Amino acid sequence: MNNEAPASHTSCGWYLIFCVWIIATSGTLTSLFFSEVMQVPICVLCWYQRIALYPLVVMLPLALFPYDTKIIRYTSPLVILGWFTALFHVLVVAEIVPKSAQPCVQGIPCSETYVNLLGFLNIPIMSLITFTIIGVLLFLSKKYSIGNNHE
Amino acid sequence: MNNKTLFISVAVLFCLVFIAAVAVYKSQQTPSLANEVLPALERINAPTKGGNNAKVTIVEFFDPACGTCSQFYPLVNNLVKKYQGKVKVVMRYAPLHKGSGDVVKMLEAAHLQGQFWPALELLFANQQRWVEHHVSNPQSALAGIKTLPLDHKQLEKDWQSRKIAKTVDQDIQDGKTLQVRATPQFFVNGKPLVVFGYQELIDLVEEAIAQAY
Repeated sequence: MNNEAPASHTSCGWYLIFCVWIIATSGTLTSLFFSEVMQVPICVLCWYQRIALYPLVVMLPLALFPYDTKIIRYTSPLVILGWFTALFHVLVVAEIVPKSAQPCVQGIPCSETYVNLLGFLNIPIMSLITFTIIGVLLFLSKKYSIGNNHE
Repeated sequence: MNNKTLFISVAVLFCLVFIAAVAVYKSQQTPSLANEVLPALERINAPTKGGNNAKVTIVEFFDPACGTCSQFYPLVNNLVKKYQGKVKVVMRYAPLHKGSGDVVKMLEAAHLQGQFWPALELLFANQQRWVEHHVSNPQSALAGIKTLPLDHKQLEKDWQSRKIAKTVDQDIQDGKTLQVRATPQFFVNGKPLVVFGYQELIDLVEEAIAQAY
């Protein structure tokens, strides 16, 4: 509509954040599908990752219209929190972290996995991949935005 | 295409894909249980109400400390009364609340003396006296049960007995097999109540009656 982003750097940064939004929204809808439609029980670690993921769906569009690179700074704590929780969750499932060390409510053990695609892709792994891609894309868009400021 | 149009189209696409995925998933769901888990629905001597020859069996997994179970109690009673002789209800223990494990043992001990239903009614009616912040207080529950005409000594002995512990363990195990994660959970002639609600339960029961009679 308005051509506020003429420089190619800026528009590249815009598309990167747009991609982050697409990934965050896919992740959100997928996790909602698992819990609300397939009725997979949600363990505590999944909730922590949801806390980190869901706000991105709402926050990122605000930085797309108009384009605002400050969003990278505002979302990074969430992404870092989510990434580490996902990593911890993957380690719990892989039994690298001992069971006693996991903060899980009785009844829904985080070490159990309910969904398994292609033989290795369970929910914590999907979450870790999602947060990794989001982190990398945000980092790239940060680089573009810095490059743009120097011009 | 400008950025706003792009964003809106992708958002709409997301909505459509999600709705389509839900529709596809729901249409593929079979509401019946797999044959190998069906034996988990029944336990000999589980508390029952309604005609013994009824062809429609409602199996209810319940926790005496669960508020929704208490609200559903008169509604399930109505169903059994309305379709007298055609519908019976079988109660299975699912002590999901803290402290409820002992309370269901006391209920089972009352059941041995033929007082399951009065005891259950009493516990449901006085829930606020023995359940605090979703935690059961077995001693208060026991004091309540003791107001019924029961052999107190026998009751005390029974609820801590190994036999009753075994019975309750079997219910808990069967609940796990049937993936009971919340109470009350209903099964009508082997079909689980998928969407929770009183009207949904009536529909499921009426459907089973129509098939059986």
